[in-house]
Amino acid sequence: MFAYLLRRILYAIPVLIGVNLITFSLFFMLNSPDDMARAHLGYKNVNQAAVERWKIEYGYNKPLFYNPKDDGIQKITDTLFFQKSVKLFSFDFGSSDGGSDISYDITQRMWPSLAVAIPILLLGLLVEITFAILMTFFRATYLDFGGVLFCIILMSISGLFYIIGGQYLIGKLLNLVPISGYDGGFSAFKFVILPVVVGVIGGLGGSARWYRTIFLEEVSKDYVRTARGKGLSEIKVLFKHVLKNAMVPILTGIVVIIPMLFMGSLVLESFFGIPGLGSYTIDAIQQQDFAIVRAMVFLGSVLYIIGLVLTDISYTLVDPRVRLE
Amino acid sequence: MPIKFVVLWSDALIYVLFAAISLFIFWARRKYHLRNSWKQVFSKPLAMISIVFLVVYSGIAFLDSIHFQPKTEKFAIESVLDQILAPLNTFYEVTYSKPFALHSYAKDIMTLSDGSVVRDYPKLSYSDLGQISIEERRAHMIDRTLNGAQYGAAAWIILSLLIFSYLSYRWKTNIFISLKKIFCHETELPWLAFFITLGIVLISMTVSWNLSQEFHIFGTDKVGQDVFYEAVKSIRTGLIIGTLTTLLMLPFAIFLGIAAGYFGGKIDDFIQYVYTTLSSIPGVLLIAAAVLSLQIFIANHSQWFETLTQRADDRLLALCAILGITSWTALCRILRGETLKLREMDYIQAARALGVGKLRIISRHILPNVMHIVLIGVVLDFSSLVLAEAVLSYVGVGVDPTTLSWGNMINAARLELAREPLVWWPLLAAFIFMFILVLFANVFSDAVRDGFDPRIRKL
Repeated sequence: MFAYLLRRILYAIPVLIGVNLITFSLFFMLNSPDDMARAHLGYKNVNQAAVERWKIEYGYNKPLFYNPKDDGIQKITDTLFFQKSVKLFSFDFGSSDGGSDISYDITQRMWPSLAVAIPILLLGLLVEITFAILMTFFRATYLDFGGVLFCIILMSISGLFYIIGGQYLIGKLLNLVPISGYDGGFSAFKFVILPVVVGVIGGLGGSARWYRTIFLEEVSKDYVRTARGKGLSEIKVLFKHVLKNAMVPILTGIVVIIPMLFMGSLVLESFFGIPGLGSYTIDAIQQQDFAIVRAMVFLGSVLYIIGLVLTDISYTLVDPRVRLE
Repeated sequence: MPIKFVVLWSDALIYVLFAAISLFIFWARRKYHLRNSWKQVFSKPLAMISIVFLVVYSGIAFLDSIHFQPKTEKFAIESVLDQILAPLNTFYEVTYSKPFALHSYAKDIMTLSDGSVVRDYPKLSYSDLGQISIEERRAHMIDRTLNGAQYGAAAWIILSLLIFSYLSYRWKTNIFISLKKIFCHETELPWLAFFITLGIVLISMTVSWNLSQEFHIFGTDKVGQDVFYEAVKSIRTGLIIGTLTTLLMLPFAIFLGIAAGYFGGKIDDFIQYVYTTLSSIPGVLLIAAAVLSLQIFIANHSQWFETLTQRADDRLLALCAILGITSWTALCRILRGETLKLREMDYIQAARALGVGKLRIISRHILPNVMHIVLIGVVLDFSSLVLAEAVLSYVGVGVDPTTLSWGNMINAARLELAREPLVWWPLLAAFIFMFILVLFANVFSDAVRDGFDPRIRKL
């Protein structure tokens, strides 16, 4: 187990290097730092001196991979690749193009993201599983068919409409909660509730339908027939036997997204004005702040890889037949 | 002066796609197992209904992909669809107006003919109905609706008769028995559902077209453009994102997936490394990073693009390519796994023992046996890609702001939600058009999966 984990972590290193190379080539090779400076300063009336000043100010005035002017190790370290990309490995995100400290921003903005993402995950799971198990209970009837159709209809509506509709209906017409904004501590509750409801409804269709197929697969297995043959009621069969076994693929499927919860949801957060990492990223994209986007891409990849490792571990925990070699 | 046709890059790819689909249909008709699977797909009424809608959408997108230069202007490019919808393509009101409205949404200062100045809702200049009351407008609307319905019904009857006579020719039965077969659901495929849907679609199309010649049926947007026109034109954008993305990524996914599974060893390690790396970057962020870089690239090389339309078109294709790069990994992984399994099958071992070359084994024995996975993957991806376009346009990394798309419509309308009274019609139009496409794509992809997945298929 330990050797396996070690190998997985070692395998993560070349993957992260690859991620770095991709983002680096996207940001620095396709467009030269000069192009980026012009994009930041606006295209009209930009002279070369202003471009140079911008590059020095934000540390873009270095060669890409190799700096022949310096001595020794500095030939490698005093380059854009080392300064902007390799440093990410030590989680040293540096400062954004706007001038703020990215690491500090991330630790500050992580909590609002979690305050929205964790309730969505838990509440969503509860609603989806309840809905799926109801459809399984009424399987092969018109209720089941209607349920699946309902799921497909929910899936076919763009998430943006859920947000707009929720804001209009609950926030504006019924005036129950504020439309957007955020506050620290317990007063965050009234700001968080609407995004959570919208997030749960938005994810309901796809997940409930997916869980229904898992349940149906489980229902057709031999041990379920045995349980029925023993004379157990359908309710007992579903909750004591099917639910327990179906939770294995459901939960292990969720583990991979748990670390990603930190990243928050881009669209939800920016619509509802929640100062989390999602809206941080969106603001960065809209202001073309490459330093932040780079940092978030790296962070996202690290969290995804952690999620994969956690998934493997969770398999061994819930299913004793699985051994990690 | 003869009409000068213009072929944009995306047009060319759409032609290729249509040609490929036609060839595939022609080819698949003659293969017994494929025909059987497709029969099973279309034996569901819902699948039959959705294919009617999907074909109509594709038809509209195709008409919108035949571009030419109008005689009057040198730099503008028009499509056949623009001609059909004319004069909506060049017509602008001043600002917002409600659906079917006769007056603008906002009051303005006007000078009347007798020289006095009043502040009132200005009349829309689109319809030349003059000053009419609400009742008169209703009469006009009913008139237009009935008129349009006549065209639709006529088209429906002609089309239905053609298809029906072909069917009874195929079944080798006389007309009455064929009719009875269709109405009593005794046909192999649900033709009754097909004819009913066809009627509804044709009539609603002609009615909305006929109404759009006199009214703005979904109102106008901020710059006064007709929202119905925008929504119809967005069909092409949505379909391009949904189909060309997969078209662009498919060769990579198939080639790399099969190569990794079949050759194993170093090649496998390398390909696995590539797709693990790509898939470990969160999709939206990778797309955002790529599109941001692209934006700057385009801005710095603006001399490469002759017209604005061309620039928007190239950007649309680039977006497809970027979406393709982020989405091929899943299919590639599945194909690799399936190839690993197939490689050890007896018939492939036999082929190898008989001295069949590697490429021939791959093309003759492996490729046909993974095609159902590819097909299922493509149709399942389609609807999520159409939905992704809206979100990406909202984030600001979607299609060019000048391209008409549902995402851009939603994005523009979102800013107006705080207005009082509410501007809801652009949202409604985008919602209806997008919902129909995505819903029927979802239904259809379910049917395709049920028909082609050997684990689900009942023999």
